[in-house]
Amino acid sequence: MSEIGVMTVSEYVDGALDPISMELLGAARKLADELGQKVATVIIGSGVGDAGKDAIAYGADEAYVADDGKYANYQAEAYATIVEQAAKELAPAIILMGQTSIGRDLAPRVAFKLQTGLSTDCISLKIDTDLKRMVMSRAVYGGNAMADYVSETDPQMATVRIKSQEAMEKDDARTGDVKAIVADADMKIAFIEKVKEEVAGIKLEDAEVVICGGRGIGSEEGFAQLSELAKMLNGAVGATRPPCDNGWIASTQQIGLTGKIVSPTLYIGIALSGASQHIAGFSGAKNIVAINKDPEANIFNVAHYGVAGDYKKILPAFMAKVKELL
Amino acid sequence: MNIVVCAKQIQDPEAPPSSFKIDKAANKVAPAPGVNQVISPFDEQAVEAALKIKDTQEATVRVVTMGTDLVSDVVKKPLAMGADELYLIQDEAMEDGDSISNAYALAAAIKKTGEYDLIICGRQAADWDVGQTGVGIAEELGIPCVTVAKKVEVADGKVRVERVVADGYEVVEVPLPAVVTVSNELGEPRYATLKGIMAAAKKQPNVMTAADIGADTSRTGKAGAKSKLLKLYIPVREGKCEMIEAEDPAEAGAMLAQKLREVKVL
Repeated sequence: MSEIGVMTVSEYVDGALDPISMELLGAARKLADELGQKVATVIIGSGVGDAGKDAIAYGADEAYVADDGKYANYQAEAYATIVEQAAKELAPAIILMGQTSIGRDLAPRVAFKLQTGLSTDCISLKIDTDLKRMVMSRAVYGGNAMADYVSETDPQMATVRIKSQEAMEKDDARTGDVKAIVADADMKIAFIEKVKEEVAGIKLEDAEVVICGGRGIGSEEGFAQLSELAKMLNGAVGATRPPCDNGWIASTQQIGLTGKIVSPTLYIGIALSGASQHIAGFSGAKNIVAINKDPEANIFNVAHYGVAGDYKKILPAFMAKVKELL
Repeated sequence: MNIVVCAKQIQDPEAPPSSFKIDKAANKVAPAPGVNQVISPFDEQAVEAALKIKDTQEATVRVVTMGTDLVSDVVKKPLAMGADELYLIQDEAMEDGDSISNAYALAAAIKKTGEYDLIICGRQAADWDVGQTGVGIAEELGIPCVTVAKKVEVADGKVRVERVVADGYEVVEVPLPAVVTVSNELGEPRYATLKGIMAAAKKQPNVMTAADIGADTSRTGKAGAKSKLLKLYIPVREGKCEMIEAEDPAEAGAMLAQKLREVKVL
């Protein structure tokens, strides 16, 4: 039996494995195949049902499931203890988690407990055969630069950006063991409640068309106009950080390094300069359109089509023409 | 109530991307002429979170800044905003660290500054965007940590935190002492007042070295780092934007729609 090369932490959210779990398994499978080793995954949740079997179908060889009512909500200390124990028992060469609400909190805890190097928000993972280490690439300086890291200690840990890795097709013919695990943790953090702040309409992360506004939109009314356009195109409205901080739009709609990561078919950026930390949030978009007053704005360096001018004058005509064409 | 805020001095992240340069030989970010040094924005929000608590109850806010080439006016900004004391950790032995070695050094420094009930950090520094140091300090000190807060309130020996998650926020409560990291959803940090700036100018920061804080230099800076930077580079951008030009903005708008239809994007 070969050893565990890669251990992932799957996320079980709202009754199903979250897509990041499959993306992590897809990345893990490639790395483990190169190492000639196995993939294990840890699933923590309440009433997770067949999630272990699903993880096997998506590329895991073994699934370790901590299923308990007390894990219905994310409990940092309990989750960290479970993952730490699994890491010690399975001794994987590599541990992967998602750069998600859970992963970005959980991974550093585990890394410090194991006193090992963690690279966060990685967009590419490769085995360097000479170094015999995993090279982890991540954006730094708000996306102005890229950096390649290795961890000099084991396990080598990374959190992986949402939608940066490809999931495998589900293959129900794959087989593997699903085992239950338990762990006791000293929990000081008391979960009180979760407040959902969902915006009506299509979820930003799932939208094929994203209309994104920046500081130059100037008001809540301006964003109402963007919503109208989004509705016409069956899309969702996003924003850079300033409009969220100014309360023109809910902060759940922020796109960027510290907000949502989107990869729509069409992204239209309006009245935003194109700060690197924002661009990092939609780098997977297939078609990028920009409207901005300043023809020198950085957004035009990444856009495919652009119009330089005042969006207040451009947008009504654009919307009228779209209406006519669709 | 003793609050400690960790604040980092960084190159202004709002500077235009074109001003950003890399020193390839040294594998480091090259100093950009004309780009200011600032307190990392999330750390300013950490100062704001501390001052909000100080607005409502008796509290002392100590700021700990670790780094080299620190600019006095920059690192004193938290004092000008209303913080009480400033500690600067300056030592070559702290240079080029990773999250593990930096968290070790900061935890050692925090212990040296005195009693602490609440430690507040930014969710991540806006230069390397790592986001591990706050959690690391908590692990080093053996106290709980709550990350990515948008609201931090202290009452009855506990801190109540609203922490931002993808689809809203979670409310959690944790006994003190604890570490909390804060996010931009906390709101704009307050401005320094003229009175604050004048008071800050008179205050002398407490400068400390690795020896002063009793840090084991095999665990600080590059020596204590577990992550190794292999290569730093600027990503190549395609830069092939087709600009739609017309007599007036309205016409350009209509032409853009027409163009997107032609290329079947719409």
